[in-house]
Amino acid sequence: MATIARNRLPDQEREKLRATWETAPGVYGWFATVDHKQIGIRYLVTSIVFLLIGGVEALVMRVQLAQPGMKLLAPEQYDQLFSLHGVTMIFLYALPVLSGFSNYLWPLMLGSRDMAFPRVNALSYWLYLLSGVFLYVGVPLGQAPNGGWFNYVPYTSREYDPGINIDIYALGLIFLGISTAVGSANFVVTLLRTRAPGMSINRMPILVWGTVTASAANLLAVPSVSLACLMLWLDRSFGAHFFEVSGHGQPLLWQHLFWAFGHPWVYALVLPAMGIVSDALPVFCRRPLVGYTAVALATVTTMVIGFGVWVHHMFATGLPAMAISFFSAASIIIAIPSAIAVFSWLATIWTGQPVFRTPFLFFAGFVILFVIGGVSGFMTASAALDWQLTDTYFVVAHLHYVLLGINLFPVVGGIYYWFPKMTGRMMGERLGRWSFWTMFIGFNIAFFPMHVVGLEGMPRRVYTYPADLGLGGWNLLISVGAFLFAAGILLFLVNLVLSLSRGAPAGPNPWDAPTLEWATSSPPPPHNFDIIPIVASRHPLWEDRLEEVEERSQLDRGYLLDVGRETIGTTPMDAEPNVILRMPGDSLLPLGLALCVTLLFLGLLAHAWVIAGLGLAGALGVLVAWLAPAPPVEAQKARIYA
Amino acid sequence: MPEIRVAARLLPVNGTGRLSTGWWGMLCLVATEGILFAYLIFSHGYLGAQAVGDWPPGGAPALALALPNTFLLLGSSIVLEIGLRRYETARAGSPLPALLVTAAMGGAFVLVQLKEWSNKPFSFDSNAYACSYFTLTGFHLAHVLAGLFALLVLAVWSWQGRLRRRPSLPLALGRIYWHFVDIVWLAVFTTIYLVPQQP
Repeated sequence: MATIARNRLPDQEREKLRATWETAPGVYGWFATVDHKQIGIRYLVTSIVFLLIGGVEALVMRVQLAQPGMKLLAPEQYDQLFSLHGVTMIFLYALPVLSGFSNYLWPLMLGSRDMAFPRVNALSYWLYLLSGVFLYVGVPLGQAPNGGWFNYVPYTSREYDPGINIDIYALGLIFLGISTAVGSANFVVTLLRTRAPGMSINRMPILVWGTVTASAANLLAVPSVSLACLMLWLDRSFGAHFFEVSGHGQPLLWQHLFWAFGHPWVYALVLPAMGIVSDALPVFCRRPLVGYTAVALATVTTMVIGFGVWVHHMFATGLPAMAISFFSAASIIIAIPSAIAVFSWLATIWTGQPVFRTPFLFFAGFVILFVIGGVSGFMTASAALDWQLTDTYFVVAHLHYVLLGINLFPVVGGIYYWFPKMTGRMMGERLGRWSFWTMFIGFNIAFFPMHVVGLEGMPRRVYTYPADLGLGGWNLLISVGAFLFAAGILLFLVNLVLSLSRGAPAGPNPWDAPTLEWATSSPPPPHNFDIIPIVASRHPLWEDRLEEVEERSQLDRGYLLDVGRETIGTTPMDAEPNVILRMPGDSLLPLGLALCVTLLFLGLLAHAWVIAGLGLAGALGVLVAWLAPAPPVEAQKARIYA
Repeated sequence: MPEIRVAARLLPVNGTGRLSTGWWGMLCLVATEGILFAYLIFSHGYLGAQAVGDWPPGGAPALALALPNTFLLLGSSIVLEIGLRRYETARAGSPLPALLVTAAMGGAFVLVQLKEWSNKPFSFDSNAYACSYFTLTGFHLAHVLAGLFALLVLAVWSWQGRLRRRPSLPLALGRIYWHFVDIVWLAVFTTIYLVPQQP
C-alpha cells in the first residue's frame, strides 16, 4: 500500500523494535515465548491435530456403522470412541481453534503490539495443551471417558461406571476450564484496553465482536460445567449425593448445569467463526459488510438469548409444560439474530462483485450449511417435534451441520485467507478448490442422509443396529460421505504443507483487504507495527475509495514507543490513549504454573493427595513470583514518529 | 518528512487502578468466581426445591455462631478499607497494620467456621443437603483462605518496602478480592442460614 511505503521508519529504528520484541532463540525461547503470533499458531496447530484425532475416531465409528450388525468395535470400545470424539471435537478443537485465530489476529487487527496479558496468553495455551493430553491419558489403559461428551448421570456414577474413565473426564474438563477462563479474561481486557487510538467500539472488526462476546460468555458459563464436574467427582470419590438418588440427590441437576454451560458454549464455538466470515467474506465481494451495526448487535443478542435456551436439550426429561414453553419460545426467537447475520452476508454477496477465490467458496458454503443447520435447529426448538426427534440421528445431523458448518468451514476458509499473513506465502488455488468441493460434497453426503435415518427412527449413541431396520443402505452412503469429507480435509492439509515452501510470495496485502492486519508485512515483525496506527474508520485501508468516509487513518505516523516493550493503552469505549503499557518479555512462569496445575490434577486423579498438595503449593509459589510488584515507573512523554 | 519526536503529553506507565490492565483482569476473575457461586447457590436451591421431607433436614441451622461471624467478616472489610484509604491519602505510613488486622479477623472467621462445621450432626456424605452445605460453605472457606494468603503476601511485600507507590496496584487488587469474598459470604449466609428460618 502506498500509504505504508511512503514514510517508512528508518531501518535502524525498525531493527531496534525488532530486537526488543523478538523471542529469545533456541529451546528457552520455545518454552518461554509470550508472542501472541507464536501462541496463536500453536493454538491453531494443536487444535488441528486434535481435529485429526477426533476425525479418525469418527471414521472408525463410521466403518462400524456402515452396515448393520458389524463387529469391528465392541460396545465398550464404541462408547469410548464416541465419547472421545465428542470431547475432542467440542472441547479440544472447536473453541481452541478460534482462540488460535483470535490470538494471532487480535493485536494485528486492533493495531497493538500484543495481548493485554502476554504471559496469561502463554499460560492459557500450556493449560490447554496439557489438559488435552490429560483427557487422553486413559487411552493407553483402555480407560478413556465413555459417558459421551454430555456425560449424563446416572450412567456415569461410580455404581454403573466404576473405572477412572469418568474421573478423567470430570477432572479434565475442570482443568481445561481454567485455560478457557484465563484466555477469555485476556480477550476481554485486551479488547477494553489495547485497541489502537481511534478504534472506538463501532470500528472494530466483527471477529473481535464475536470473540469478545464468546469470551464474556465463557467467563459466565464455564464455571457451571466445572462445578458439575466437581460434584460428579465428589459423588464418585467421596460418596457425595449431588446426583445420586438414594441420598436425595438429583440426576437432572447434572443436565441443568451441563446445558446451562453447554448451550452458551455452542454459541461461543460459532460466533467468532461467524465473525471470520463477516470480516473476510466482504473482501471477496469487494465492498464493506452490509449492516455492520446489525451484525454486531445480533452477535451480542444471540449470546444473551443463548443463556436462556438450555432446557431445549431436556424437553424429553419430563419438565413442567411452563418451563418447556418458555425455553421453546426462546429457542425459536434466537433464530432472529442468526437470520440477521445470514441476510447481511447474502446482501453483501448480492450487492457486491464476488471474486470466486477459495476462501469465498468456503464462506459461501458456510452460509448454505448454516441455513440447513439453522432450519433443523428451528424445527427441534418446537417441543412437540423435538419429542419425535430427540435421541435420533436427526439431532446428530443438526449438530454436525451447525458445528462443522459454522465452525469448520469458516475455519478452513479463514486459514486460506490468513495463511498469507502468517507465512508470507499464498496457498495453492487449484488444490484449494478441489479441497473445498471434496469437503462440501463429502460433508453433505455424510450428514444430510442422517436427517432421513433420524426421521426413520434410527436412535443415536448406538454401536450397531439390526438389519431389519432397513437403514443399511443409507448408513453405507453416510460412511462413504464421511471418508470423502476426510479426503477433502486431507487435500487441504496437503495444500497447507506444500504452500509453506512452494506458495507464491504474498506481500503485505494480497487480497486487498481493508483491516489493520494487512497494513503490516507478511509475516508481521515481532512488534507487529513500526508505528501504532491511529484509526479513523472501520476500513483503514479502503478509505481512499469509500466515498462516505471523510477522515483518514494514519498508518505511518503516530506512537513509536521504542523504549522497551511498550504499547499504548486506550479508554474502553472511545479508544483515547491514556496510558503506556510496558509489556513483559519471555518468561518460563506460564509453563511452570501450567506444569504445577498438571501435577495437581494428576494427584487428584490418582487420589495421591501429597502430589496434589505439591502441585497446589508449586502453583501458589509461581503465582506469587508472577504477581510480584515491579519497581514503580514514572510517567513518560511517549516517543512518536510525526 | 516525519521524524522521531517526543509527545508533549505526559502519560502514566502501566498505571494503577482503572488505568492498569491488572484492575480489569481482577474484575474478570471476580465475575467468573461470582458466577461460580451463583451456580453453587442455584444447585443448593434446586436440591432444596426437589427435596422430599425437611430441607434442611432437622430444621433451620442456628445463627448463634454464624451471625457474629458474619459481622466479623464484614468488619474485616471495613478495617481493610479504612486502613488502605488512610495509606493512600498518606494519613498512614504503612498498610501493614491494616493488612495484619484484616488477616487476623479473617483467620478468626475461618476458625469459627471450622467450629461450626464440627458442630454439625451430619457429615459430608450423609445426604444431599450435607454435600451441598459443605460444598457451598467449603468453596467460600477456600476463597477466604486464598484471600488470607493474598493478604499475607501483601503484608510481606509491604514489609519489604515494595508497595511504596501510592496508590499501589497489588494493594488495590487484594482489596477488591477481599471485599468480593465478603460480599459473596452475604449471599452464602442468606442461602444457608436466613432463607430456612421460620418466622
